[in-house]
Amino acid sequence: MTPSATKSDHPLVSVRDLSVRFDGTPPVHAVNNVSFDLASGEVLGILGESGSGKSVTLKTLLRLLPERRTTITGAVEVDGEDVIALQGRALADHRGGVASMIFQDPSLALDPVYTIGQQIAETVIRHEGATSRVAMARALEMLELVRIPSAKRRLGNYPHEMSGGMRQRAMIALALACRPKLLLADEPTTALDATVQIQILLLLRELQQEMGMGVIFVTHDIGVAVEVSDRLAVMYAGSFVETGSVADIIRDARHPYSKGLLAANLVGAVPGTRLDAVPGAPPALNALPEGCAFAPRCAHAEDLCLTTPVPVWSGAAGRWARCVHATREGATAVNKVAP
Amino acid sequence: MNTPILSAHNLVKHFSAGGFGAKRKVVRAVDDVSFELARGETLGVVGESGCGKSTTARLLVQLLTPNSGSVRFDGKVVGPELPLKAFRRQVQMVFQDSFASLNPRMTMIDSIAFGPTVHGASAAEARRKAQDLLDRVGLDPARFGGRYAHELSGGQRQRVNIARALAFDPQVIVLDEAVSALDKSVEAQVLNLLMDLRRERGLTYVFISHDLNVVRHISDRVMVMYLGEVAEIGPASSLYTAPRHPYTKALLAAMPSLDPDRRTHEAPLAGDPPNPIDPPSGCRFHTRCAQAFGPCATQVPSQFAVAKGHLAACHLNRSEETVA
Amino acid sequence: MAVTAENIVPLATVDKSQGYWRAVWSRFLRDKVAVCAGLVAAGLVLMAIFAPWIAPADPLQGTMLKRLSPIGTEGYPLGADELGRDMLSRLIYGARLSLFMGVVPVLIAFAIGSAIGIAAGYLGGWVNTITMRTLDVLYAFPSVLLAIAISGALGAGILNGLLSLTVVFIPPIARVAESVTTSVRKLEYIEAAQASGASSLRIVRDHVLGNVLGPIFVYATSLISVSMILAAGLSFLGLGVSPPNAEWGLMLNTLRNAIYVQPWLAALPGVMIFMTSISFNMLSDGLRSAMDVKQ
Repeated sequence: MTPSATKSDHPLVSVRDLSVRFDGTPPVHAVNNVSFDLASGEVLGILGESGSGKSVTLKTLLRLLPERRTTITGAVEVDGEDVIALQGRALADHRGGVASMIFQDPSLALDPVYTIGQQIAETVIRHEGATSRVAMARALEMLELVRIPSAKRRLGNYPHEMSGGMRQRAMIALALACRPKLLLADEPTTALDATVQIQILLLLRELQQEMGMGVIFVTHDIGVAVEVSDRLAVMYAGSFVETGSVADIIRDARHPYSKGLLAANLVGAVPGTRLDAVPGAPPALNALPEGCAFAPRCAHAEDLCLTTPVPVWSGAAGRWARCVHATREGATAVNKVAP
Repeated sequence: MNTPILSAHNLVKHFSAGGFGAKRKVVRAVDDVSFELARGETLGVVGESGCGKSTTARLLVQLLTPNSGSVRFDGKVVGPELPLKAFRRQVQMVFQDSFASLNPRMTMIDSIAFGPTVHGASAAEARRKAQDLLDRVGLDPARFGGRYAHELSGGQRQRVNIARALAFDPQVIVLDEAVSALDKSVEAQVLNLLMDLRRERGLTYVFISHDLNVVRHISDRVMVMYLGEVAEIGPASSLYTAPRHPYTKALLAAMPSLDPDRRTHEAPLAGDPPNPIDPPSGCRFHTRCAQAFGPCATQVPSQFAVAKGHLAACHLNRSEETVA
Repeated sequence: MAVTAENIVPLATVDKSQGYWRAVWSRFLRDKVAVCAGLVAAGLVLMAIFAPWIAPADPLQGTMLKRLSPIGTEGYPLGADELGRDMLSRLIYGARLSLFMGVVPVLIAFAIGSAIGIAAGYLGGWVNTITMRTLDVLYAFPSVLLAIAISGALGAGILNGLLSLTVVFIPPIARVAESVTTSVRKLEYIEAAQASGASSLRIVRDHVLGNVLGPIFVYATSLISVSMILAAGLSFLGLGVSPPNAEWGLMLNTLRNAIYVQPWLAALPGVMIFMTSISFNMLSDGLRSAMDVKQ
């Protein structure tokens, strides 16, 4: 029973060769040739560090980037609609109607001068043309849906009267008020305490299953990504470098950067021992190296990596890694590094 | 037993949160916190926001004055028995925000050299030391020495901050979320550096973090704080494998599993941590504790020893101790 | 860890990165409006300094026959005032006193106000509360009224005018200094300096001053135009500079009766005041944005 079921023959989200460039001298290549699909009811985790382009990718799906100084190329379709061509009314319907977004900091995303109830109701009125009575009823329903205790009373609360976890729940309620088919989550639990974070993650997972939404969840935290995602994409310097199911990435990462991230997250590390850390720092997005962007930090880099376009290793459907070592038969041999 | 190199004795720090007279609100940031640090060990401190871990750090390095309680260095009470300036050389701190930690108008060399000059080194000596330390933390002095904070990346700035702390040749370094703001791959590099320095110089660390994975990796002992109090303290291995305080258990259960087949299915705690203004009576955790019983709401639990060097402030452990 | 000769980097080879002030300067140069304002302000200052060489006539020597000559009169390019003195020369000489009354009170107030504000901001607590509330008492009066009251009590004269203007500007500068210092004091590099064992005085000297004086100075420069206008106002009321000295505010006052006879002539001192204050204000705006370092 999924109210937002799409035509099963094409995916909810289809991104092809998406590149995003911020104009300037020199221009910043924030996203480079990113392609992916998302089925409805699927959760894709995009994993990357700061400046990897993960948030920019997400914002492109809602067209939230500053129009004048951004150049977007490639194709982005959400629910069969060409997002890049959307204008005016259609764009407004898309934002918050078809797709909506939750952010890291709810105190910036919620308007401090309106109550939670008013904000949710307003969204419902705008997108569905409901009467204010119906909209308020929906707001209450939403607050109950995100398990805010004594929801009726909370309806009249201003954002600052709520605790961090409650605000995050309220923001989720606001985002889901118009039953979007796609939820975009930009590090929604990063600012939360550990015991609250897990509550929000579980809530998102439940709501996603209940409502059958597609979710793209951007995070820098592998642990969080594993908790919510079906599939993972690892992003580095504006490109996807590896994708696969969560189990694929966690147990059998093929790209050296993915492996480095796992090591840095202390997966299987013995306490007190030195970590297998990736040296250096990500390249500046206004001066990307030729060839593989990770090569300057990669322990296995060879001349080939620095010059030619990187070959892609493909496994089962939706499983691939952009690394010359992964394409070779000895992909497993890369796992063990010479001391 | 050897004298602990640094110890906190019943530290209390309350902040005023506005209001007058009977309506005066007090944030009980740190309430009766005591612990000891053995020479060369690393004590991890974990807890959620508002648990008082940063306040504890600042009390420990004497950036804040406690309402009551004392800090001892090598057995001597700081202040009456050990002059503050002498203490400063021995105990240094690295902060979370690498950018705000550096004077934007000073070059990296000058920032590091400042400390030694305060303690009487000549300008040339201090600069030489700063250059050596930059080199030691992995930054080429010729390239980075003359730069300003905004010209470095977060990881590089944090290396400079570590070098600045080392410039005093301290015995103890308090690291307050020092790696938390860094990207994971950079965080791993800085953790390696910290572990190397610890071995080379026999440093003692107080490592404060909200990241239980990292704390487990670097710490010998771990202290769990909740609303300004110590909930549990013990060796890292036993605290992580056999936690004795329900709050520690909840914290550990809230950690993402990193195993797609064993995802978390139930949140260990509901709601947010309460406000440290007007904390709950008795055991401060009793309002969120699933195992709370009779005395929890009224009696403050004392620190029960549950194993050697392992204390838990929870009434559930009372019977056990009397047996032991 | 012995320090060997090899690992000492000769200071000359240390990569001298672009310093803060150089970065500010290059940003400032990119701001065309601010550069223009700066050039105008510099021109006015030069004009004041070199007045005796530039001015075509004696500003105090009048010819009754030429009273209120219009702009463009032979030998009087900008006309002559109500006593037949050359307007151009009086305007050039007037820059001296007007700029003096604009800049000097602000500079003195900058020194005193910064000291008070930085001390209050750095020490915080009760010192802060008492100092700032005391200054607030002065702050409560409108600046024009305060200047008039003090000048009125002390009597006319340049020095008294100077003094009253200084008193007027200390509270606002101290308040800005206090708020800038308070925000800097909370930063962790100050905590780090405290943890180094340095004395408060040393921390203020080495870590606070460099980071607060810039913004305070920029604020102070924005007061120069206010000071000029207030000084002109005092002169206009007969409280500041007294005749026959050339000062724009005073000139405006004495020419006021001629406004129906020679309106353009009467407006000239006003134009000068306007131009000067605008150029100083835009200069200060330019400095402010140039000093706004982004991480």
